[in-house]
Amino acid sequence: MSTVQPDGTPLADGPGSPEPERREPELIKAVPVRRPGRWVATIIVLLLLAILIHSFFTNPNFHWDIVFKYFLDGSVLTGLVHTIELTVISMVIGIIGGVILAVMRLSSNPVLSSISWVYIWFFRGTPLLVQLLFWGFIGALYKTISIGVPFGGPQFVSFQTQDLISVFTAAILGLALNEAAYMAEIVRAGILSINEGQMRAAQSLGMTPFLAMRRIVLPQAMRVIIPPMGNETISMLKNTSLVSVIGFSDLLYASQLIYSRNYQTIPLLITASLWYLIVTSVLTIGQFYVERHFGRGSSRELPPTPLQRIRRMLFTQHFVPDIPPSTQAIPTGEKGGVR
Amino acid sequence: MSVPMVLAEGVHKRYGRVEVLKGIDLEVEAGQVMCIIGPSGSGKSTFLFCINHLEKITAGRLSVDGELVGYREHKGRLHELRDREITKKRQQIGMVFQHFNLFPHMTALGNIIEAPTKVAGISKAAAVKRGMELLDRVGLADKSRSYPSQLSGGQQQRVAIARALAMDPKLMLFDEPTSALDPELVGDVLDVMRELAASGMTMVVVTHEIGFAREVGDSLVFMDGGVVVEAGNPREVLANPQHQRTKSFLSKVL
Repeated sequence: MSTVQPDGTPLADGPGSPEPERREPELIKAVPVRRPGRWVATIIVLLLLAILIHSFFTNPNFHWDIVFKYFLDGSVLTGLVHTIELTVISMVIGIIGGVILAVMRLSSNPVLSSISWVYIWFFRGTPLLVQLLFWGFIGALYKTISIGVPFGGPQFVSFQTQDLISVFTAAILGLALNEAAYMAEIVRAGILSINEGQMRAAQSLGMTPFLAMRRIVLPQAMRVIIPPMGNETISMLKNTSLVSVIGFSDLLYASQLIYSRNYQTIPLLITASLWYLIVTSVLTIGQFYVERHFGRGSSRELPPTPLQRIRRMLFTQHFVPDIPPSTQAIPTGEKGGVR
Repeated sequence: MSVPMVLAEGVHKRYGRVEVLKGIDLEVEAGQVMCIIGPSGSGKSTFLFCINHLEKITAGRLSVDGELVGYREHKGRLHELRDREITKKRQQIGMVFQHFNLFPHMTALGNIIEAPTKVAGISKAAAVKRGMELLDRVGLADKSRSYPSQLSGGQQQRVAIARALAMDPKLMLFDEPTSALDPELVGDVLDVMRELAASGMTMVVVTHEIGFAREVGDSLVFMDGGVVVEAGNPREVLANPQHQRTKSFLSKVL
């Protein structure tokens, strides 16, 4: 930009320069500060990393052949499918339960909020392993489950608990009910983070508290809820390995069965860990896109997806400011007062 | 004699031990604009919130268009209204807030059509058409797809006014609509309100814009300490305040 005089004519740089306004400013070319400490630290870290990676390939005890021999083994894959099923179903029930518990906890009805409080207190206060064992052996506690008039009245249908609650159901119950307690606190924090004015505005438009919660408060709370929820999902993925105590065959249990036969403990644990890492990576990518979806309107520009980033790197030249993503309207005109 | 749009008789509001409103008597005729001024903490905003039952009054009577707010009178006793009946009445009263309170996860148009489609059950196409008309009316037709964070404060407040108008209210409440705005953006919002007043909308405006009150208001109320200190024609009250408290307040803001 060149200087402009009040009357709009460009300020001449001096005599004999007829075209002053189009000149590019001379860029600064300075000698950068030397940072030897950085170089030393980088070299040490890279060296250590090289030693570690080298050991992976040279230490025969890793038995990479066995790791990859069982990588696509039938029972390992079945275990993986079970692990994913458990994670997904338990998380879905856990999230729904968590939202219900959070709303109950914030309700003005003292009975509802106390019950929610006690539930959270109990399920967070006892080890998940104990809860899973409890559901696994529920048949010993309640032999039959019946539908009928409570408190000793007649019963219409009666089931053997063992038949009704399979190992899979017990695993889901244990994981989901525990998860609901944690999700409840996460959702509650999300709801509390939303300004009270949002609820008032929604109500002033004639929305019921339920509709306002569903359409206005929860969608905004999701922004706060999703990062810890991603954490919870990844925790859940790994916590499913606990269900082996009630004899449900998940990924880790399947690997354990194999190494109990061939004594290749470390390689099979690596096989299982690689699968856990792969699923975690997929979940992390999923989280990025979910966060992006609920980030609408929160900042003026959404973070670019990796694809958009690559496209921009290819097609954007230096010195040209970033082009806002096409999904967003570009604010123009009026200045000042923008938050 | 027509029924007043807002009628307050001895309205009290108490939060625990603090009495915020100590007996308010006011009357707003249909089609009139009442401006309420006063120092902060005088109960102006609380009174406004009471009118659409976002706050419950603790004593007295408050009615909108001849119907009690929040209660039904049956055989000499007051019965609390159900949630559904309260929301029904709120739909007829538009409200504009000091901090806009637009829904940040929805576009400007999304904010406007939310209540008509989800509460009033109007079809999306009809709501969009009406929404665009309203955006045009507040001068923001080109911003329909912008999110609130992409708009200036003045633009946000105009969207908020359009959002309130989308439910076709018979009464509009404004809670310090320009107090959170940069000075150069106040004019646009006041222009929209001026136009709204000219179109015959009944309005209750809590404001610090004395000029607006003088020019647009049919009546002016000065509140302090939870009571109405002085009320009357804005030009007369502003030119010739009768009470010492009104005089000292006006000397500070004028």
